[in-house]
Amino acid sequence: MSSNNLDNLYRRVIMDHYKNPRNRGILEDGSHTINMNNPTCGDRIQLTFKVEDGVVIDARFEGEGCSISMSSASMMTQAIKGKKVEEAIKLSKIFSDIMQGNEYDDDIDLGDIEALQGVAKFPARIKCATLAWKAMEKGLTEEEQK
Amino acid sequence: MNVLDIRRQFPILDQEVNGNPLVYLDSSATSQKPIQVIETMEKYYKEINSNVHRGVHTLGTRATDAYEGAREKVRKFINAKSTQEVIFTRGTTTALNTVAASYAAENLSAGDEIVITYMEHHSNIIPWQQVARRTGATLKYIPLQEDGTISLDDVRATITANTRVVSVMQVSNVLGVINPVKEIAQIAHENGAIMVVDGAQSAPHMKIDVQDLDCDFLAFSGHKMCAPTGIGVLYGKKHLLEKMEPIEFGGEMIDFVHLQESTWKELPWKFEAGTPIIAGAIGLGAAIDFLNEIGLDNIANHEHKLAEYALDKMSSVPGMTIYGPLDASKRAGLVTFNISDVHPHDVATVLDAEGIAVRAGHHCAQPLMKWLKASATARASFYLYNTEDDIDKLVEGLVKTKEYFSDVF
Repeated sequence: MSSNNLDNLYRRVIMDHYKNPRNRGILEDGSHTINMNNPTCGDRIQLTFKVEDGVVIDARFEGEGCSISMSSASMMTQAIKGKKVEEAIKLSKIFSDIMQGNEYDDDIDLGDIEALQGVAKFPARIKCATLAWKAMEKGLTEEEQK
Repeated sequence: MNVLDIRRQFPILDQEVNGNPLVYLDSSATSQKPIQVIETMEKYYKEINSNVHRGVHTLGTRATDAYEGAREKVRKFINAKSTQEVIFTRGTTTALNTVAASYAAENLSAGDEIVITYMEHHSNIIPWQQVARRTGATLKYIPLQEDGTISLDDVRATITANTRVVSVMQVSNVLGVINPVKEIAQIAHENGAIMVVDGAQSAPHMKIDVQDLDCDFLAFSGHKMCAPTGIGVLYGKKHLLEKMEPIEFGGEMIDFVHLQESTWKELPWKFEAGTPIIAGAIGLGAAIDFLNEIGLDNIANHEHKLAEYALDKMSSVPGMTIYGPLDASKRAGLVTFNISDVHPHDVATVLDAEGIAVRAGHHCAQPLMKWLKASATARASFYLYNTEDDIDKLVEGLVKTKEYFSDVF
């Protein structure tokens, strides 16, 4: 594998999110708390978020894991803040498609998330990237079904 | 021992991964297989394949002879008194589960103790947790020293007259330490407990003599010692196995089946329900022949030198944390580490881009990870086909990894 591929995996923006995670912490007044871990590797995440009138108004994450899992969590919280619950869930499905190398709705502005596209070429690391998104989808689906 | 000659017998090693020659440093997870083992299994399927212990036809007899011949090879390999004491299983996990679900579940009750250590693999923790839940027994842990070794004083302090089962890994899959299982067995016996040895990481790498260790049970896997996956061994002392009930029932293991009850075959077959792992056992026999030809003492010596070399070279990389004793004489051939703040998954991915295969994660030892205060670690493990050159490449790869992430931290 060329270092080009590696550079694609570890894009600068990913490293930036890893080093300076956005929305790191716990929302004391959050409406939801989701804990999820990746039992095969030990990565874990605690996601708290606050939903009002069907909109995610705040989200925070705590946890430990590799650069891919933690930067993905950082980007995810950034991306869903201010989004409607169903929009956030849709974004999670798009993210899953990107990771699996499927076609996805490219009208949507992915922002920093686009940088994670390179992960799809590293099958062993896809689970790292999707951990936070799975936690978000689980929590918001519960919210939707309330 | 000519390592280059040995390497040529492992066809898988002769390939490029991600544009670089493969450097396989994950033998503690599973070893590679020599051509002798692959060909033996191929020959079995091409020429002998038949079910064992049934029917009178020629192939059936040949398959049975080969299968039981493999059992005799295992008996010699661990110096058991009789092939009745050698049970083929799916691997170490099944072997340990058999002891827990049969011997321990039947013999333990509230107030009894099971003693293990903080460094055990999940497969030597969870079966005992389940026994404790079912019987009301207590599960106790022998603590570790600062360097990850076990002190016999702690062993004596943890094992009491209430202890009925002691189960300890002979070599740690994370710390690389070699545990004094013979001495622990003696302490267990003085207290009236039985001694179970998890040999998953020792059987491939050093001579094991169950009579000398005086262990009551020994479990190990074929796939970590050049044999195929799906075959392992449970050794047990005959007088214990005789009193134990099987945990699986069906064909192959019965004597008579009546409408309401059945009786079991004699040892070892009463523990081998269903069509056994015939090709796997024969493959294990071939792996034992291969290892014996090279000599377990030579293999142990080679890996010991590699561990010493690796500890020396790896410690010189700035930011390196090495887990377990730094004294190579206390170690088997593996080194678990972390480098600076780079997560071990990221380390393993960068090394993989260089063609170097290492393991990253919790190594099925979460309680130990907690003790080490690490959520995950990376591990390089060596076997008879590894060279100092492999370790040099690893160290180069680690320096590269550190440089790669240097602008992050």
